[in-house]
Amino acid sequence: MHKLKAITALGASDLKVSTIGDMTLTEVTDRALASLSMRLGQDAEFAKRAKDILGIELPLPGVAEVGSPYSAFWIGPDSWMIDASYTSHQTLAADLKSAMQDTTSVVEQTDGWCRFDVTGASACDLFERLCNVDIRTMQAQTATRCAIHHIGCYLWCIEAGTRFAVLGPRSSAGSLYHAMEEAAQSIAAR
Amino acid sequence: MSRQINRLKGGLVDHGQNLNFTFDGKSYQGLAGDTLASALLANGVRLMGRSFKYHRPRGVLTAGSEEPNALVELRQGGRQEPNTRATVAELYEGLEAQSQNRWPSLQRDVMAVNDLFSNFLTAGFYYKTFMWPKAFWEKLYEPIIRRAAGLGSVSGEDDPDVYDKGFLHCDLLVIGAGPAGLSAALTAGRAGARVILADEDFALGGRLNSESFAISDMAGSAWAAQTVAELTSMDNVRLLPRTTVVGAFDHGIYGAVERIADHKPQPGTAEPRQIFWRIYSKRAVLCAGATERPIAFPNNDRPGIMMAGAVRSYANRWAATPHERVAVFTNNDDGHRTATDLMAKGVQVAAVIDTRADAPAIDGTECFAGAQVIDSKGRLGLETVTIRTAQGFTSDIICGALALSGGWNPNVHLTCHQRGRPQWSEALAAFVPGEPLPIGLSVAGAAAGALSTHGAMETGAARAVEALADLGIQATPGDLPQAEDAPVNLQPFWYVKDGKGRAWIDQQNDVTVKDVKLAHQENFVSVEHLKRYTTLGMATDQGKTSNMGGLAVMAEMTGKSIPETGTTIFRPPYTPVAMGTLAGRAVGKQFHPTRKTPSHKWATEQGAVFTEVGDWLRAQWYPQKGETHWRQSVDREVLATRNSVGVCDVTTLGKIDVQGADAAEFLNKIYSNGFAKLPVGKVRYGLMLREDGIAYDDGTAARFAEDHFVVTTTTANAVLVYRQMEFARQCLWPDLDVQLISTTEAWAQYAVAGPNSRKLLQKIVDAEFDISNDAFPFMACGEITVCGGCRARLFRISFSGELAYEIAVPTRYGDALIRALMEAGEEFDATPYGTEALGVMRIEKGHATGNEINGTTTALNLGLGRMVSKKKDCIGNTLSERDGLNEPDALRLVGLKPVNATQPVTAGGHLMNKDGPVDAAHDQGYVTSAAYSPNLGSSIGLGFLKNGADRIGEVIRLVNPLEGSETEVEVVSAHFVDPEGERLRA
Amino acid sequence: MIINHPLLGPRDAQEFTYLGDAAMIDRPDWQAENAAEAFHDYLYLRDNPAGEHRELWFHEQGDRSWLVVTRNTLTHEITNVELARDVARAQGRGR
Repeated sequence: MHKLKAITALGASDLKVSTIGDMTLTEVTDRALASLSMRLGQDAEFAKRAKDILGIELPLPGVAEVGSPYSAFWIGPDSWMIDASYTSHQTLAADLKSAMQDTTSVVEQTDGWCRFDVTGASACDLFERLCNVDIRTMQAQTATRCAIHHIGCYLWCIEAGTRFAVLGPRSSAGSLYHAMEEAAQSIAAR
Repeated sequence: MSRQINRLKGGLVDHGQNLNFTFDGKSYQGLAGDTLASALLANGVRLMGRSFKYHRPRGVLTAGSEEPNALVELRQGGRQEPNTRATVAELYEGLEAQSQNRWPSLQRDVMAVNDLFSNFLTAGFYYKTFMWPKAFWEKLYEPIIRRAAGLGSVSGEDDPDVYDKGFLHCDLLVIGAGPAGLSAALTAGRAGARVILADEDFALGGRLNSESFAISDMAGSAWAAQTVAELTSMDNVRLLPRTTVVGAFDHGIYGAVERIADHKPQPGTAEPRQIFWRIYSKRAVLCAGATERPIAFPNNDRPGIMMAGAVRSYANRWAATPHERVAVFTNNDDGHRTATDLMAKGVQVAAVIDTRADAPAIDGTECFAGAQVIDSKGRLGLETVTIRTAQGFTSDIICGALALSGGWNPNVHLTCHQRGRPQWSEALAAFVPGEPLPIGLSVAGAAAGALSTHGAMETGAARAVEALADLGIQATPGDLPQAEDAPVNLQPFWYVKDGKGRAWIDQQNDVTVKDVKLAHQENFVSVEHLKRYTTLGMATDQGKTSNMGGLAVMAEMTGKSIPETGTTIFRPPYTPVAMGTLAGRAVGKQFHPTRKTPSHKWATEQGAVFTEVGDWLRAQWYPQKGETHWRQSVDREVLATRNSVGVCDVTTLGKIDVQGADAAEFLNKIYSNGFAKLPVGKVRYGLMLREDGIAYDDGTAARFAEDHFVVTTTTANAVLVYRQMEFARQCLWPDLDVQLISTTEAWAQYAVAGPNSRKLLQKIVDAEFDISNDAFPFMACGEITVCGGCRARLFRISFSGELAYEIAVPTRYGDALIRALMEAGEEFDATPYGTEALGVMRIEKGHATGNEINGTTTALNLGLGRMVSKKKDCIGNTLSERDGLNEPDALRLVGLKPVNATQPVTAGGHLMNKDGPVDAAHDQGYVTSAAYSPNLGSSIGLGFLKNGADRIGEVIRLVNPLEGSETEVEVVSAHFVDPEGERLRA
Repeated sequence: MIINHPLLGPRDAQEFTYLGDAAMIDRPDWQAENAAEAFHDYLYLRDNPAGEHRELWFHEQGDRSWLVVTRNTLTHEITNVELARDVARAQGRGR
């Protein structure tokens, strides 16, 4: 183990967790991410290898597929984000690349993103103040890109209505968290 | 404490709940359910404001958001808000209101002297009067006008409240909750559709709360309450009372302002004052009702002269009357209702003056058929009106209020927001919604010209059924309850021609019938010109009660019909919106998101001074103890780097991962220079052009594998270059096998520069990686590990011109890495440097940045002409060969050094020959960048000079005519430091 | 405005950035004899119709697809949305 000590996207050694009203905002750092983009004309081989290594079908546009140890959500035409435990998959991108070989371009994305999970009965009220996603009809295991406080994020619905994950660019973690916290306080003040 | 002398029985106010409030410091009591206007009327207060131009005493005209006169300031300090319409200000305990536009008091206003000069202050007064002398405008006229203009005032303090924005989605948006809107919402709600019902009022029901008609066997207001209760119980229906839909935008998007806390003294902790909703609707029904219009007559603006429907609202809903004795002036049957309802409430009706010769009689009071009101009296409130009967006799009628009814105008406003033009209805003598309506919008009820209660409910339900059918949702209108269905019985009558004195059309902007006639005389006959010349309809009420009157007068003048004369187009917002509501949370430091670099925490601990670079915060310099001027810090950082080693966070540069079998081929197309032959493990500088041949951005591309590059962009252009690369990939060469993704955020990257940089890095790079000059030469790159196994990328590239590296680790370790670098660097006095020192060193080295790659310069100008390959296709190469971009004396990047070393070189200055005139015709170029070079001991600059490459050694002048300065400078190589590049390769 | 993304369905136009005429796809052949003239026309001569217009939009806050949107510039009515990559291929663009 090397000597460098990680800090969170919010610049602390510990995770930020706050409960506001009936909502809990939790910073999540234990996720490894890698983008998977199919190379041109590799459709069959790509699909086969992806299924073999990931154990899940790569999802359609707007959809997330949850599995163990890998989950995935669609990020663009022929592109997906793969999610796994950071503790057990620190070299996720390299591992995927060696399995996918030349069928796929794989890029490490783990530290490109910060993640805040929101749980609670008022979660829909919260996202109604933050982004233009039709949050009340958002199904479990769907994911979409959206802008929160002008920050491009992925919004991943884990349980419809009550549990969501927000992935935002790591450098904007402070602004993103602030926007979510203020909106939550606003909801809680009703 | 004043008594509520004009309070009636009944209504929808709570007679058991008194609320205390003040107006201009005087204490009053109102009731829960009152507005400020209804409470003041109940207290016998008719005078509520002063007019804009002449400071005429004015009372409340209406009972809704169309109010032109009763504008007040609410609250104090940072919460003070001007121009609040008293008609929509909900009364709360402790409300403090001030009248506006008067001094020293509402009753005695010295500016009312303007009224005596009204013959001069007519339409176009400013245009005519302040024309000359020209010099007087800025110094004299404008300050005076600005001081006199405006109605209310603000405190100048920060608004302490917060405002939210939000996003809502629905199948059907129903705008307005009167009989039409309630029917539409009920029909759609029962069919299971997702419905949003928004109304600006705090009590839903619209006119049902103001009229005395029954619906089936219950009061209209009771039916409304029952319907609201049913809608509230439906999960698929969202009710938004106190919410004004202010704009109809493209494709079913509506803007709405919800007033969360305006009915309280102040918002609760963390509670937003208002929310600006962006509503995405699949379909919408506009049920915005109608606005009653006045009849203009001489001296028609005294407090107590009001709209008849408003008088009815005050009596029926708010149990208040403007006076114990009221007269009615009407041209239609609806005015008679006011008389009937007032009498039912025990208010004396002095007379009904009806312009129609065949006006129906009315029980309980006299109706003067074919009569007109030709004058009024009463200084601060109406005392008598003078009428001329059909027979030509004049007589005075004593009354403290006059209820005016000139007919109703459908509220077509939102139908115009997408350029729809209202069309004229002869039957109503009013404009009704015309084509094209905003996509997905239909109109029901009075807004569509269905002015009866039955008509409103029927059309509301019908429009909802149709809208839902479009969406594949089946709905049935259900059985409509019995409701009033009287036809509109009206004879158009716009203004009284008899009598003396001014007849006001636009009371908020003080525009009279005479002003409109004057505009016509002076040939401002187009409605849009009339509006701007007279300011008719340009006040905060946007002419809701006045536009039709102005139009009618103009039509008469031009001899055209009203529809031929035209109508002005309504634009958003429907009613005024506070700036804070539009700003939402994006205020102060939250105006835009802040991006922090991985070393931010550490840099803060070091006391770094930060600068904004786009959204990024970057360390600008790191002051040390004893340094009192930024230059001391920057000079020290530069010298320390050049003499030993410096460290700078360069994470902000854009990083784009480019992979695929055709990755090299792709880079060949987007960079002007070639990348196909770049070996794996090497980095190359690349210059991107725009398709027009102008330089676009520069950076490096590092090849990690045959099919894998990492491209860097400038911080400023990261987003634009990525966009351009995706365009090239998807639209220009769609069959190249290449995949792109940004990794800017994923890696913390530091420049480690200076003669000791290798020695420093060797202390933290793990031993199995040889980074000696032989093993890892200039422009090498590779994947390594540091600090005992942390994955890292190392690039041997240099922006400073020194032996230098850039090292990257996963961002979470960026904080630890800079601490490790500084610790390992202690023996070399390793120095962190900020963007200023970075800038000084790149100027010393002659490296271009955005100052030089500024959207007007070519590769040739930059001295990089040879980088543009002529052997391959790349963006911009064809047009870079245009003659105009390749003149023999084209601008070339040069270095500039003052002849007298104590003089500064200033960026932005222009270059002139040593002798000769200083003017644009003799311009030789300009200075793009300048800095003090601690290495050279003088100010230096980079600039573009005509034919500059051949003028090294020439002495020219750097001029700044704005500041009157002139400096002799010597043209030198742009590479002030290490022109041969020996340090880089050391 | 709402743009009906071929893969993602209706999306707010705020998520997109606008480039302009879809003719930008038709980049000339750099080796043609009249290349300079063709590039000049490609770059500087555009139609600016009052009515139906095929134009390029980039889903920057979305999936990073370039789209060809057929939009009426007078009414903002959008009648067709295609993936620009498909359009480019159909128009014969390749490598």
